[in-house]
Amino acid sequence: MVSFQPSEEQQLIRDTVAAFAKEQIRPRAHEADETGQVPSDVIQQGWELGLVLSAIPEAYGGAGDTHSALTGALLAEELAWGDLSIALHLLAPRLVAYPVLEMGTPEQKERILAAYTGAQFCPGTAAVVEPRFDFDLAELSTTAERSNGSYVVNGSKCFVPLGAEAAHILVYARTDGREGYEGVSGFLLDKGTPGLKLVEREKNMGLKALETSEIVLENCRVPAENRLGGDAGCDFAKLMNYSRIGLAAMAVGVARAAFEYARDYAKDRRAFGVAIAQKQAIAFMLAEMALEIDATRLLTWEAAWKLDKGEDATREAYLAKNYAADMVLKVTDNALQVLGGHGYIREHPVELWLRNGRGFAAFEGLVMV
Amino acid sequence: MIDFELSPEIERTRQMIHMAAENAMRPIAREYDEREHEKPWDFLNMMWNVSRSSSAVSFGGSKEKKTGPSIRFMTTTVAIEELSWGDAGLYLAIPNAGLGGAAVAAAGTPEQRQRFLARFTEGEPKWAAMAITEPGCGSDSAAITATAVRDGDHWVINGEKIFVTSGLMAAEKSDGFVVVWATVDKSAGRAGIKAFVVEKGTPGMTVTKVEHKHGIRASDTATIVFEDCRVPFDNILGSPEVPKTTEGFKGVMATFDATRPAVAASAIGIGRAALEFVREALDKAGIKIRYGVALKKLTTLERDFMDMEANLQAARLLTWRASWMMDEGLRNSLEASMSKAKAGLAVTKVTQKAVELLGPLGYSRKYLLEKWMRDGKINDIFEGTQQINMLIIARRILDYSSKELS
Repeated sequence: MVSFQPSEEQQLIRDTVAAFAKEQIRPRAHEADETGQVPSDVIQQGWELGLVLSAIPEAYGGAGDTHSALTGALLAEELAWGDLSIALHLLAPRLVAYPVLEMGTPEQKERILAAYTGAQFCPGTAAVVEPRFDFDLAELSTTAERSNGSYVVNGSKCFVPLGAEAAHILVYARTDGREGYEGVSGFLLDKGTPGLKLVEREKNMGLKALETSEIVLENCRVPAENRLGGDAGCDFAKLMNYSRIGLAAMAVGVARAAFEYARDYAKDRRAFGVAIAQKQAIAFMLAEMALEIDATRLLTWEAAWKLDKGEDATREAYLAKNYAADMVLKVTDNALQVLGGHGYIREHPVELWLRNGRGFAAFEGLVMV
Repeated sequence: MIDFELSPEIERTRQMIHMAAENAMRPIAREYDEREHEKPWDFLNMMWNVSRSSSAVSFGGSKEKKTGPSIRFMTTTVAIEELSWGDAGLYLAIPNAGLGGAAVAAAGTPEQRQRFLARFTEGEPKWAAMAITEPGCGSDSAAITATAVRDGDHWVINGEKIFVTSGLMAAEKSDGFVVVWATVDKSAGRAGIKAFVVEKGTPGMTVTKVEHKHGIRASDTATIVFEDCRVPFDNILGSPEVPKTTEGFKGVMATFDATRPAVAASAIGIGRAALEFVREALDKAGIKIRYGVALKKLTTLERDFMDMEANLQAARLLTWRASWMMDEGLRNSLEASMSKAKAGLAVTKVTQKAVELLGPLGYSRKYLLEKWMRDGKINDIFEGTQQINMLIIARRILDYSSKELS
């Protein structure tokens, strides 16, 4: 039966994370962006909420909660509302833990998951995007070729969150020359694997506080048992759907932050004898922002709901992510515009939100829900 | 729990209505678009008989407090999408209580609801209409100039109303009625505006024109002149008092919280018809829409199609949300306006782009696509223009009164 009411448990999670984002994340966002550093104490506090990897089963030391993309979307939106860099940092371990949880061999679950159930935050990540303008998930350039009991991986990856420090990196590669999403496998690499080289910490327009790295794989030998899912491989398309939903949800969070800030500013700022919010040009921009944020959220929820039901949600997740990328650019751009000259100054957060917002069009695989 | 699956009951209703839309509406859609002022009586009689025996579909709001879960508004929304998928003009032409009935349901006393609405459950087909717009004012409904003057046991109504949907059928061709907005005290502005029920055959109410329109041609859109039209005192909806506040005006405006999602649903049905038509044409031509491929590699055609799809679905979900809120008894002015604004935008975008994409096929009157573009446009206008709905959204999100944001 159609309903738009989150469950009580989901609402509790949402409220908890929203409060954490408001009280702990947001006040540190500006400094994090300026210094290029995510505050580790905020990450540790976020970790201690116990929500990042609550879906790890008790057998592996986790809380054993049901994995729900919809709940993940609710949580991701609130974290991103606080700050996108901090949110992506906190959620990064999911990039390796969730695929292993859902598609890993028993041995892989045994070996990998334990690192992410401790009291301390442990960085983990995945390498998806490649440094070319026409990057396409359906046509990766990174390759893996079977060679006796190993795979030899070659290629470059960029936008790898926490690439330098991650205990494990899940590298996605086109395997044995096969085509499309079906031809992609994931390879679980420990930190320091020979042939895995850190090129440099990236400098991006946004996400400045988040450590993202470019890495290169040069004849990197990976034992066959470290191929995600073993000989059965993994469902890369499904994993990318989880990530599309997560990104769409985070875009909603960033957009909502920008809208609220612009709305409050417009009610306060006076020109021509009235608050600028009382002028139709501004009021209509704000109204459109509010409408499109709600619209995007519903598209994202529907994709997540479908995925949670076990159905193929490629179309919905893909459409939602693209819609969200367009929306967050437009909303953050309009928010900066509402603040006029002041919007251009880094003392106000709207220009940061625009720098982050523009990124969604290029982001893939940076988060899992 | 968040859920996007229609209940089995609503899904059954949807399928039943879809059959009617496909088998009874589509085959006559072109004919009644071309023969603008003729009525498809077989279809209208059939729908009248169906509606009298079904309590599931309803078009009105209600002042009654909600007790327990309802699916009335969700059902209506889904039904309207399906009917409009069939033909939006024919849907609007269906005999029913319509907006006029919705006003009585929202603002009338139990006695009035019995007196005016019971007729829709029996006898011959009937229509009710709502007359608000005047030659000089549409969006600015507070500027209405039609007057209602108390004279003993009657009100005397004078004025001219235009763009009255089903106005001809309600005022003259059936035992229906027209709800007229008129002012009892011009100096009081909004607070002086009241709604009056004028039954068919009342002397002084005359249909002077039936419009020739761009679309929804099967629906009659009338000009109605009121000249010393006398109605019983008891035909006023709500209190005759002119209070210092605008309670009465707001009461009837609240009707729109229920009817805006309904119009949005109609827009979505039209948009869906157009989208499906395009998809079928692409399928026939062997053109795939490649979900999952990098955006930059898609053809313009694919991107346009995906844009249409996403916008239409966004409109649908906003409309479902507004309808669900009505069923839950939640105030939904913001959400209702969002759904109407988005649906109007989406149907315009989808149908206009569809005609463009299909080239000569889109432009030809051999196919229904060009008609759907013409039918779709009105949804961006009536029942609150897109601009008015954006204004309402703006006021709500800014917590401004209409004085603070005009």
